[in-house]
Amino acid sequence: MEKIICACGHSNPYGTKLCEKCGRPLTEEEKQNKVVDMRYDGTAIRSKTYNKSIIDKIWNFFSSVKVGISLIIITLIAASIGTLLPQEFYVKASDIEKGAYYADVYGTFGKIYYTLGLSDLYSSWWFQILVGMLAVSIIVASLDRGIPLYKSLKNQRVKRHESFMKRQRIVGEGQVTANAEETLDKVAKKMTEMRYSVRRDGSALLAEKGRFSRYGPYINHVGLIIFLGGVMLRLVPGFYVDESIWVREGETRAITGMDGYFIENKDFVLETHDNEAQGEQIKQGVNVVAKNFQTDITLYKQPKDAIPGDTENLEKVKDYSIRVNHPLKEDGFALYQMDYRLNELKKMKFDLINKESEKSLGTLEIDLTNPKKDYDLGNGSSVQILVYTPDFDGFENGEPQTKTSIPNNPAFLFKMTTPETPEGEVSFVEIMQPPLEPLGENQYRMKFAGAEMRDMSGITVRKDTTIPLLFVGGVIFMIGVVIGSYWNHRRLWLQIEPDGRVLMAAHVNKNMFSMKKDLDAVSAFAALPPYEDQLEKEEAGEESTDGGINEKEGDNTL
Amino acid sequence: MEKKKKRLVLRTVILAVLALAIGYTVYGTATKEKVELVAVGSEAPDFTLVDLNGEKHKLSDYKGQGVFLNFWGTWCKPCEKEMPAMDRQYQIFKDQGVQTLAVNIAQTDFEVQNFVDRYELKFPVVIDKTKSVMTAYNVGQLPATVLIDPEGKVAKIITGEMTDANIASYMELVKPK
Amino acid sequence: MSLIDISGNLLFVAFIAYLVATLLFGGSIKQANATGNNTGKWGQLAIVVTIIGFLSQLGYFITRWIYTGHAPVSNMFEFTTAFGMFIVGAFILIYFIYRLTALGLVALPVALLIIAYASMFPKEVSPLVPSLQSYWLTIHVITAALGQSILAISAVAGLIYLLKAVDLTKPSKQRFWLEAVMYCLVIVIGFVTVTSTFGAMDYESSYNYVDKEGTTRKIIYNLPPIFGMNEYEVVEEHGMSPLVEMPALINAKKLTTVAWSLLVGSVLYLLIRLIARRRISAIFQPLVKRVNLQLLDEIGYRSVLIGFPVFSLGALIFAMIWAQIAWSRFWGWDPKEVWALITWLFYAAFLHLRLSKGWEGQKSAWLALIGFGIILFNLIAVNLILAGLHSYA
Repeated sequence: MEKIICACGHSNPYGTKLCEKCGRPLTEEEKQNKVVDMRYDGTAIRSKTYNKSIIDKIWNFFSSVKVGISLIIITLIAASIGTLLPQEFYVKASDIEKGAYYADVYGTFGKIYYTLGLSDLYSSWWFQILVGMLAVSIIVASLDRGIPLYKSLKNQRVKRHESFMKRQRIVGEGQVTANAEETLDKVAKKMTEMRYSVRRDGSALLAEKGRFSRYGPYINHVGLIIFLGGVMLRLVPGFYVDESIWVREGETRAITGMDGYFIENKDFVLETHDNEAQGEQIKQGVNVVAKNFQTDITLYKQPKDAIPGDTENLEKVKDYSIRVNHPLKEDGFALYQMDYRLNELKKMKFDLINKESEKSLGTLEIDLTNPKKDYDLGNGSSVQILVYTPDFDGFENGEPQTKTSIPNNPAFLFKMTTPETPEGEVSFVEIMQPPLEPLGENQYRMKFAGAEMRDMSGITVRKDTTIPLLFVGGVIFMIGVVIGSYWNHRRLWLQIEPDGRVLMAAHVNKNMFSMKKDLDAVSAFAALPPYEDQLEKEEAGEESTDGGINEKEGDNTL
Repeated sequence: MEKKKKRLVLRTVILAVLALAIGYTVYGTATKEKVELVAVGSEAPDFTLVDLNGEKHKLSDYKGQGVFLNFWGTWCKPCEKEMPAMDRQYQIFKDQGVQTLAVNIAQTDFEVQNFVDRYELKFPVVIDKTKSVMTAYNVGQLPATVLIDPEGKVAKIITGEMTDANIASYMELVKPK
Repeated sequence: MSLIDISGNLLFVAFIAYLVATLLFGGSIKQANATGNNTGKWGQLAIVVTIIGFLSQLGYFITRWIYTGHAPVSNMFEFTTAFGMFIVGAFILIYFIYRLTALGLVALPVALLIIAYASMFPKEVSPLVPSLQSYWLTIHVITAALGQSILAISAVAGLIYLLKAVDLTKPSKQRFWLEAVMYCLVIVIGFVTVTSTFGAMDYESSYNYVDKEGTTRKIIYNLPPIFGMNEYEVVEEHGMSPLVEMPALINAKKLTTVAWSLLVGSVLYLLIRLIARRRISAIFQPLVKRVNLQLLDEIGYRSVLIGFPVFSLGALIFAMIWAQIAWSRFWGWDPKEVWALITWLFYAAFLHLRLSKGWEGQKSAWLALIGFGIILFNLIAVNLILAGLHSYA
């Protein structure tokens, strides 16, 4: 690609808008403009220079800010569509039932929503590719603009050509009464006072402040990329564990995902605010507000060489009360209080009574976590459990069936032996149901006499090794955004021509307001000619016709 | 020219890396949901559990024999159905160096004993009270069967119900040569 | 007088002060100089009254904080009131940078509307559920609200910009949409009017209905029912019966509120049009005739620049940190989270369009208004319509 030779003799890369050395406009377009485009300080945006191979074409596609903005807008719209209906992970239905759930609850729209995969939009392949393309765009566009801008700002010349100066937004021209050297000294002094860094080259002066703010956008882009990289890394095995387990009170179980660790649920605590229901709560039909969800646990660890199942020599790690907002942290893992279920049957009590006299021959307590075969009630009476089904679900071939292993609906086949009935009587007992007597009318029956309940805690097990990386990304992003937003790059060029004419130009990438304050201060101090804002003049001229700023390629830019 | 070439290579590399990263992300998310049991070909995680008679069973003690490891529960209908078939095949293969081990998932001794008595099962039945073996093998759906060869490597994983013929062929698979 | 009463009175004082300040700002415009900058007596008085109002509301905030024991940002009333307060705060900040009185003429009414809207929600002190019991409630919510209010100032500047720049004599899309914005503001007034009127009358009608899970529930309407809930049965009814029954998916009570607001708002709007014989935008146009467009554009851009980092920090970064602690994951695609992300993406697009595509002036002003629309959507619609984990839903 050809170089562009400026009138000053400097050879510029193809695509340069303003000569790197003297600042003369190089393109026809720039020559026409009253105010030059100072984005990237007129350097060649790399992508715009080569457009040959397919790679270059792809590169140029992603380098375009227009494409970047389009990607942002598409992502934004896609993300909003995902909030129309609850996403699948918030729906309490099993995987197979989910389609039916959407159709039932949300009708035809729900069905379409589910069929299109919008109910799991954020983990869909196309949404991920969209975010991925956004990341590519951020990287490519930043590389293409940031590097030339950095070079250009680093190699800035003090002396610029008149045509450059006159095309800045703020320009000033006039005679000074004092001699040139004195004026420059005064300007330099005042600008230094205002914390500008001042460079001089003969009769030219460049005062500059806050150049680093130009790098803000690139820094925040680096932060974003680190963040996205961290998110991606979570898919790599070993970096991320997300499991959930249920532990009943009194139970000790292995922690899924956290090899070698065991958790014992000692107590689940649910506290409520003892307040009157009011306002919003009444409207929502809620009477009590929960105050605390807490599981008191003991964390155990197996000895080093122990293998799964070997629970004989568990070492206690610590006691802890896991509460919402107060997860237990251990060995890079965190255990969260996420869910609970109250009142699962733990023990059941029955009286063995004579049907006629209602007289009890004794009470037996069945520990559902460890039922015994025989319960001796003394005085020649005993009860035998023939069958126990924790979650009774009807009979099949005469055998009682259980739906799950959880005591939701316990049922027993008892054999009752008393001095009166030494042969024994068989009775099938289910909660809330009259006993079944398969072998004929009995004299005795088992009467429910109370139960003991226990609660269950839902604990989430989480390990996320990428958190520090995400945090670093976030911090870098914030630093970049802050320096890009709260600081600005101000420059003042001043040249005194041999005939005593002063040429003045100023540029600021944003916040012209404060730049003008600085200019007013230095102008008064060094008796500089008045300056004008070429855009304001433009507006005043246009106002009579259509009354507004027309869109223009902005000069207050990156 | 040299510079241009360098730039092309650089751009190609950057774009390729980014494309790979996106591809990996999409692939990773798509496969995340599928919970896999232990990988076939890998070392079967060693464990030790106690059976109904109080005897300890340690997987590594069966090195040199094939192991037919079955995870089950009394509430699981397919488990219940395949148990008698497993018992029949156990009787045939136990003398040919294939051990059968049924791991019950954290149920009470009473229920398990009752079940074993009802079907007159002869093979050892152990109870995984703390679900740690289940966790180590990443068992989700029951029944799940893991076949372990005499070297202690996972030879095959079967989820779902099995027939007599299935079980026989699986046991054949891990029989010491 | 208990602390909570003092708190309520302070809020009332603030409300009156903002009202007075709005009028004073209006007066100051009349004697403003050619640039729209004003240091005249009216303007000075106006900003003093604004600051008094702000301090009074700060007093409300602090006393309520002490009374409840947590930062008063935990339900719809508290959060929205605080949002209004931060808008006034952001206005004061921007005012002292640019000294533009015209800004107050729009910023304060917007804040007033927001506070009035807030007071339509139950004001009772509600205890915190476990997930909200964290100092991150204070940090996250206040920073996010602060960011949103600074961003809101850009919409205020944008609105003034458009009021001046859009030619109202000829029909155009811009004229239509500008009037649509004004209409929306009147609808909010309609909502406040109808809610407070029936509230003062203690209106109540109650019904039993069947929700989408099939369970029977009771609901109390505080406005005469226009729409009935799914399979509703009257428990106690006053004034009128529902005209149409809605399916279980739609909350007919909320729909009734929307319908009433639209109805009363539209009547109000028509009345204004009939009396003034002009568009509402045309009523305001003379007031902003002399403002400097360049300066307004600058203010709009500057407030996005100041607000964007604060918003990013509060609504995304702090939010993620807290979510990691409370819900075990820093991001869960909860509707509120998603809409915060959408707001953030939108302002990112805004900045890029401005920086690279040169979208300044009118385009920028419209974008600022849309941005504020998204913020309000996140505040109102996401809480009231879309289901989610965030409180006051």
